[in-house]
Amino acid sequence: MGVKIGEGKFFERVDKGINDKFMRKAVKEAQTRLEGRKTQTTEEMGNWEDWRDLSEEIRQHTLENLDYYLDQFVENVAKQGGHVFFAEDAAEANEYITSVVKKKEAKNIIKSKSMVTEEISMNEALEELGCNVVESDLGEWILQLDDHDPPSHIVVPALHKNKEQIRDTFRDKRKYDKSSDPNELAQFAREQLRKDFLSAEVGITGCNFAVAESGTVSLVTNEGNARMATTLPKTQITVMGMERIVPTWKELDILVSMLCRSAVGQKLTSYITGLTATKEEGDVDGPEEFHVVIVDNGRSKILGTQFQSALQCIRCAACINVCPVYRHVGGHSYGSIYPGPIGAVLTPLLEGYDDHKELPYASTLCAACTDACPVKIPLHELLVEHRRVIVEQSGKSSFGEKLAMKGYAYAASNPSVYKIGSSSAPSFIGHVAKGEDGHGKGPGPVKLWTDIRDLPEPTGDTFRKWYVNREKGGGKS
Amino acid sequence: MKVSLFLTCLADVVYPASVGKSTVEILERLGCEVDFPKKQTCCGQPAFNSGFHRESRDVAKHMIKTFEEAEYVVSPSGSCVTMLHEYSKLFSEDPEWQERAKALSDKSFELTQFIVDVLKVDDVGAEFHGNVTYHTSCHMTRLLKVKEAPMKLLENVKGLKFTELPNKQQCCGFGGTFSVKMVPISEQMVNEKVEHIEETDAEVLIGADLGCLMNIGGRIERQGKPIKVMHIAEVLNSQA
Ligand code: SF4
Repeated sequence: MGVKIGEGKFFERVDKGINDKFMRKAVKEAQTRLEGRKTQTTEEMGNWEDWRDLSEEIRQHTLENLDYYLDQFVENVAKQGGHVFFAEDAAEANEYITSVVKKKEAKNIIKSKSMVTEEISMNEALEELGCNVVESDLGEWILQLDDHDPPSHIVVPALHKNKEQIRDTFRDKRKYDKSSDPNELAQFAREQLRKDFLSAEVGITGCNFAVAESGTVSLVTNEGNARMATTLPKTQITVMGMERIVPTWKELDILVSMLCRSAVGQKLTSYITGLTATKEEGDVDGPEEFHVVIVDNGRSKILGTQFQSALQCIRCAACINVCPVYRHVGGHSYGSIYPGPIGAVLTPLLEGYDDHKELPYASTLCAACTDACPVKIPLHELLVEHRRVIVEQSGKSSFGEKLAMKGYAYAASNPSVYKIGSSSAPSFIGHVAKGEDGHGKGPGPVKLWTDIRDLPEPTGDTFRKWYVNREKGGGKS
Repeated sequence: MKVSLFLTCLADVVYPASVGKSTVEILERLGCEVDFPKKQTCCGQPAFNSGFHRESRDVAKHMIKTFEEAEYVVSPSGSCVTMLHEYSKLFSEDPEWQERAKALSDKSFELTQFIVDVLKVDDVGAEFHGNVTYHTSCHMTRLLKVKEAPMKLLENVKGLKFTELPNKQQCCGFGGTFSVKMVPISEQMVNEKVEHIEETDAEVLIGADLGCLMNIGGRIERQGKPIKVMHIAEVLNSQA
């Protein structure tokens, strides 16, 4: 799939999103539900802010010492018979993964949810090889059936669909003939997936956290599918972003709890799986062969820059669940598999500004995301930082804006100029205040403003006039 | 106590005298000596938030100089005071200016914050009759972390019938240049805000930031709804 999704320009996607009534209703309901649950489980803790501080510290410490912990992790995986491959980019990762699959002569592959495999377009690479790749996460499975509809949320990928739409997809693609009751839908998916679990030769998973001290990969799910995908097939491949490391089980404990609470408002999800190496003698299940693919794909370029904190992300989606922009435009508008505030920060870092130059501006900087983030990434500040880079380095800000900002700054640091501007403003505003039949008038930004709103009507004196009169009058009025 | 008023450019340039006048009158009634440094302009936020940091540095320097002599700087805007607090970040490579920036941020307060936290007053003796609701501005609550002060003051206004705004934490869609750069999204956001205001049956929407009020009020006007928008200073300055 790659990071970039969807066709068309940013504002075309936004319009499409805004006009999709089903999606908007689904998103609103999901935001209310997820945010409500999160608030409840975090308030329960009493000292949520302390936990955030601690989690931030853990993530910062890990990133500062990423080389060390990655080495330790790799060593521990290898010690226990696992294979580790460092992939610099998507192509390298896919080459390795397909080579393992080829060697095993595998045709059937079962997957648990993983954003990084979407990022590197792994499914496509395997399908090209002639493999049958099946997503076992319910949301991802729905999207896969629905002609590879892209995900619109990093935790609940099919969040944009309602149960009736899901029923229709099942009916069209798999001859489903029951109701849109979520339990019936899930039961059907489970039955359908069972044969895929049993026939798969290779299981591929993502990784929520990788524990350096023990070489363990941990997976957090509510469906138990990751467990099936890692116990039934003989070969397991785990694909992880290089920043997914935690030093020890102690930090794992803390971050898993933060993830579960922030993502779905649960103290813990139904299944937390820890996988260490291959099946040993006497073990009833587990893979015989275990591969870990550690993906860089642009991450090491972010390390050591002013954007490093973006790598603290534990992909909980709390920032997305509170974002008022996401609320109205939905995930697909972002044109990236990573939507919402973290997507607006991360996507241009991974992919450059060319295709994503609007994303840093698709925020009011209301800071709801920053407040929600369990690892304290200053998301709204990073968005401003992107804007600064666009202005100062990339040369992508428009000439008009540059001129306007330079003019503004000149006036705002020279009171005599500012005064000319300000004393003429009221009559100018009076002229354009009402717009015209909702179409707005006046130059540039004023027209855009009055497209949808009126400006305040200038009635009575300005403050300066009042103040000066009062001074002349010898003080208080 | 000597207080210098930082009016903000919206109250200075776009709005008539009322907000600034109310701010001055309330503070004087509470025993402050208020002056208005006439060289003041804008906090620089439009440039800063658009990524024009060099330009906002010039504006910041001008404002720092303008208020250097002030004992306290008080402003009827949480967002603009937040920006004053950001100044020191702009001068991370210039220790002298950073020091001066810090001195400004240490003595700068949003109006309700100043009344409650510095003057230690919860009741300004105001009287205002009507059904009202209150919009909690994002920068004021999340960045400046002023949440309680406006509520405390409103609670003590005689005659006020207050209903909490549903989804009050949600941004109104102003966001400075966002409001003109991302018009279709801003429109959806402000529409939802207006819907929630209507749910409260309020006749008056009160807010503490003119940016948000200009956005919400402008949309209400355009839709022809019978809801009035008032700055909290105007309400707190109302007398029987
Ligand atoms: S940025 Fe923070 S809130 Fe958003 S997904 Fe990452 S960890 Fe969660």
